[in-house]
This record gives sequence, C-alpha cells and structure tokens, in this order.
Amino acid sequence: MKPAPSATLSKERGIREPAAWELRLYVAGQTQKSVTALANLERICEVHLKGEYRIEIIDVLKNPQLAKGDQILALPALVRKLPTPVKKIIGDLSNEERVLIGLDLRATGAARS
Amino acid sequence: MVDLTIPDNQLQKAPSGIHGLDEITGGGLPRGRPTLICGGAGCGKTLFAMEFLMRGIVEHGEHGVFMAFEETAEELAANVGSLGFDLSQLEAQKKLAIDYVHIERSEIEETGEYDLEGLFVRLQHAIETVGAKRVVLDTIESLFSGLPNPAVLRSELRRLFRWLKNRGLTVVLTGEKGDGTLTRQGLEEYVSDCVIFLDHRVNEQTSTRRLRVVKYRGTTHGTNEYPFLIDESGISILPVTSLGLHHKASTRRIATGIPRLDEMLGGKGYFTGSTILVSGTAGTGKTSVAALLVRSTCERKERCLYFAYEESTDQLVRNMRSIGIDLEAYLKGGTLTVLPSRPTAHGLEMHLASMHKSINQLQPDLVILDPITNLITVGTAMETQSMMTRLIDFLKMRGTTTFFTSLTSGHDQEQSEVGISSLIDTWLMLDIVRNGGERNRTLTIIKSRGMAHSNQASEFRLTDAGVQLCDTYLGASGVLTGSARLAKEAEDEAVAIAAAQEIARKEEERERRARRLESQIDALREEFSVEDAKLERAIQQEKDRCDRLLAERQGMAKSRHAFVAPTNGKTGSFSEESQP
Repeated sequence: MKPAPSATLSKERGIREPAAWELRLYVAGQTQKSVTALANLERICEVHLKGEYRIEIIDVLKNPQLAKGDQILALPALVRKLPTPVKKIIGDLSNEERVLIGLDLRATGAARS
Repeated sequence: MVDLTIPDNQLQKAPSGIHGLDEITGGGLPRGRPTLICGGAGCGKTLFAMEFLMRGIVEHGEHGVFMAFEETAEELAANVGSLGFDLSQLEAQKKLAIDYVHIERSEIEETGEYDLEGLFVRLQHAIETVGAKRVVLDTIESLFSGLPNPAVLRSELRRLFRWLKNRGLTVVLTGEKGDGTLTRQGLEEYVSDCVIFLDHRVNEQTSTRRLRVVKYRGTTHGTNEYPFLIDESGISILPVTSLGLHHKASTRRIATGIPRLDEMLGGKGYFTGSTILVSGTAGTGKTSVAALLVRSTCERKERCLYFAYEESTDQLVRNMRSIGIDLEAYLKGGTLTVLPSRPTAHGLEMHLASMHKSINQLQPDLVILDPITNLITVGTAMETQSMMTRLIDFLKMRGTTTFFTSLTSGHDQEQSEVGISSLIDTWLMLDIVRNGGERNRTLTIIKSRGMAHSNQASEFRLTDAGVQLCDTYLGASGVLTGSARLAKEAEDEAVAIAAAQEIARKEEERERRARRLESQIDALREEFSVEDAKLERAIQQEKDRCDRLLAERQGMAKSRHAFVAPTNGKTGSFSEESQP
C-alpha cells in the first residue's frame, strides 16, 4: 500500500519525525462523526502520548483504494500501525476507556488498579 | 423448455447464463434488485454467485464486482479456475473487481458511534472501477460475527440494499442456512425480491443437489425442486417437469438392424423419435437387440448415446463382438458414445440431470438406456416412473429415438416393471420357450403404434454370424422352436421327399407302359407287313398265271387262226361267248 500524497489528501498531526506511535485515522468526509473522532483522538494523544505520536488522517471518499489496504469497513476507524501489532478501533472514540484499552495504553499503564 | 414467457411490461430480468435457471425463472434474476441465494454448507452458493457474475461478463457483457467476505481473491481464482474462468485476466481487463473483505473480531475495539461507510466506499470504488452492473456479496453474514453491534449492522445493511437498488445493480448475495430459517442472520428480511434455496440432500446414501425458487416477486416461476449438477462446466439445472404432449410425430422410419424384424414392423422398422422398449427375462438378448439398432444407426452416420447401467464399455464391446457387431469401430469413429455408470452412483434426479446434460452436449439421434430396471434400485418405483416420464418427454420433444431395455422377472412378463408401458410406442418382448430340454428365444411385438405389425412370434437366434430371426414352425401340431422345430421341419421334409419320389415313380411307370404298348404295336405292324407281302406275292403269282394262261390261249388260237376276243380285265379272263 503506497502512502497517500500528504500535501493534498491527508492531514498529519503530531511530530514530524518517525514516531514511536504511528496512528492512522480513517474517516469518510467531514461528517459529525469524523470531526468528533479527530477531536477525541487528539485529546487522548496529547494526554497519554505527548511528543511520541504521529496521526495520519485518510479520507476514504477521496482515496477509496486505501480502505482496502487496512480492511476498513466501519468508519471512523483508528489503526495503530506502530507499535506493532496493528490494532484497530472503530467508532468516534468517545469512550476514552475503550480507546485506551484498544491502544494497549491502559494495560501497560496499569491504571485499572 | 418451460414456457414462462413474461410480457414486456413486467419485471426486467438479467439472464444468469446458468444452464436451466433462466428457463425456471422465465429469463433470469430480477434486474436491478437483490437476489438471495441460501443453503447449507457446501451446497454451491459461492459457485452459483461466481458463475452468475462470470457468465454476465463473458456472455452478456455486464461487468461485475465480487465482494468476498470469506475467501481471498487468490482462493476464489483457484476455485473457479477449474471451470475455465480466468479471474486475474478479467480483472486485468477491468471487467471484474474482486474485493476481499475481512474483519477480525479480536482486532476491533468499539469506542463509540460508527457506520459502515467504509464498505460503501469500497463497493462504490470497485463498481466505478469496472463499470459494474452485477454485484455479488459472498457472504455478507460474516459481518455479523466481525462487528460487535448487530443493531448498527442491520440498519447499515438496510441502507446498503437501498443504496444498491438505487444504483440499479443486480445483486446476488449468499447466506448460510439457519436453523429453521432460510439464513442464519435473517438476510431474507432485506431481500424481498427473489430468494433461491440450494439444497444438498442425501437419501439412501446417494446425494442430490436441488434448487428451489422460494420466492420471486412480480413474476411466475417454476416452483418445484430442480436437481442440479456441478461439474467442470459449472452449474446446470434441469427444469424437469412433465412438459405435456406437444411433440411432433415423425413419419420417418429407421431400420432395426434385423431385416426380418423390419418386415415384422410393417416392412420399414421403427419410427424415428419413438420410444422403443425391449423387455424380457435374463439372457433373452435385450442388449443384442439394442446393439443391432446401434449398428444400423451408426452405419447411417447418426449419433448414438448409450447409457449402460450393467456393463462397462469394454465388456459391452467384447460381448457384442461375439455376435458379430463391432462397436469399437463406432466408438472410435465418434458416432457412438457409451456412458457406463452404476445406478447407485447418484440419485435418480442426478441421473436424469446428467443424462440431460450429455444429451444436450452430444445431440444424439438415438439414446439407449440399458436397462432401465436397474434404476429402480435407486428410487422407488413411483420415482422411477416419474423420472422416466420426464426423460421420455424430454427426448420426444427433441425428436430423439429412445430405446429402453427392461428386465422382467417371473411370470408376469407383459408388465414392464417401471410401469411406463403406456409411454412406449413400440414394445418388443423377448421370451424364452422351453421344450425338448432346451431354451429358445422368441421375439414378439406386443405393440407398435402407428404401423401394421406382425402378430407372430419369431425365433430369435444369436449366432456367431449375428442375430437371426426365423419363423417358428407353424403347423397342425402348434408353434415349435429350436431343435423341435428343426426335427419337425426335417420330418416334414422327409414326407415331402417321399411324396415326390412316389410321383416320379408313377410317371416312370406310365412311360414304361406307353413304351411297351408302342413296341407291341410295332411288332404287330411288322407281322402285318410280312403277311401283306406274302399275300401280294400270291396275288402276283395268280395274276402271272392268268396272264400266262391267256397268252398261251392266244398263242394257240393264233396258231389255229381263231378269233380271240380282247380281254377285259387285268386278270385276262376270257368269256365263253367270245369263243365261237
């Protein structure tokens, strides 16, 4: 899967350099769900992964072939490319607890106790 | 075949290209609407969907999208490669798009509101890439196990089908059979236009695939269960209904292969397109009669298809060679095709389906089933009868001559076991007559529609030189066959010879008598001529004496110068008056 030309089709957030956390957010246009999902993601990352993450936003309406690569069906969807293994989270990320579980942040941080 | 023609103002249909399906559905699947194909595991759903798509592309120029939820594109390509479809080539030509959709439940965490826009986007992308008219979703039910929230999924599916309908796409989706429902996830609730159910049933250890159109809104359709086959050319469905009695009757006659039998059948043989049955007990020569017809047909360069349910091709060839019929030459020449199979290899419907298929493929002029009675082992007598009826109907519609052999047992020989005697046009019965310590075959025509035929039983002999039909002995002492016939014939011959000899003897006698009489006559004549000569001599002497006497007297008179009166007669007698 070739990456999309970043200037036109994807917006990137976070640090420029190769990051420990590479996240990819798939959305379909500027819907309410997309906007909510992005806002939630940025908030969570700023709190838990400050300076360690990079977010790539892919609009499948503009780049439909990219949806095939990550087996995207449900939108919005967040894919954790790094660190491996790849993880997928669907929904608008409004349930922060589940997002943290999905990204393996909760388990490692032992915040449950 | 089945006439289900739809008037123009009705539903538009997309021809499926699957053999037989378009006949059942009156033209194909509903165009621009979804069709649900459901059934248990291994019943052929994916193949059905794939063939629909492939035939659409290849035969009808309608490009397609295959959305696979279960198999990857590579697996699909490998699976249908055996049917002669090259998926990767069609993909390269932008006629087909395959999108493998995979969801791993364990990888997915649900964190809030979502929808399936991603699926729509991918589908739209695929459809636009190839300009698709047909879409297959195989099996969309997998989403239910992949996505955590069925409520969202259901509303999204509803949206998906509306979306597909709005685009005028002809959709085939597959669904696994559920417990007591058509599909496990109740897909039929979204697809209200056409539902086709595939079944794979095992009955008495033989399996048959069947297809049924459960519902087809807005059109008439065949409602029966139709058997279907999956083989190297894909799916073929057989609309096996009794088609009614509209077949044309031929007046052309064909030789039976036995000259004497032709004569018995009004001098010309069977009608083409008729149904001929030969029944008889074991070892009466039914197969031989069939083989003779094969020979006469193949010699005319017409095609024969021989379904052998008892013997292998080799065995058949060997056995027929013993009566001077070389089937191998016809096999090599391509006019004869023998398809041996065990009746128990498939169910009856499957047999019928495979027969249909081979008949459609080979276009034979003559079809032989030897023997039909073996098929009873597969089904009940009633099932067999219904199957035979449909087969006969099918062959009659095609105008194909059909030849069945039927093994009868016991005493009730005028009853064909399959109960199809009323469907038969020409029925020959081979029988065994036992007398004088031997068994002899006889052939009788029980019936032969539409022609004058002999009512005489003929003796049927299988010899090295071939089959011979000879008249049985007909005489005062009854009908005789075999050596009894030979003995009686010899006896008759002896009597005839004796009579002839007697006549000859009498003729000779007559001649001899005539000859004897003749010789007697000759002898008498001889005797007479001897007598005659004697008498003549005597007469001459007497005359001479008279002359001499007269001459003497005249001499004497002359010497005395007396007058001598001239004599009157030869005898030269003189009268007293002339003497003075």
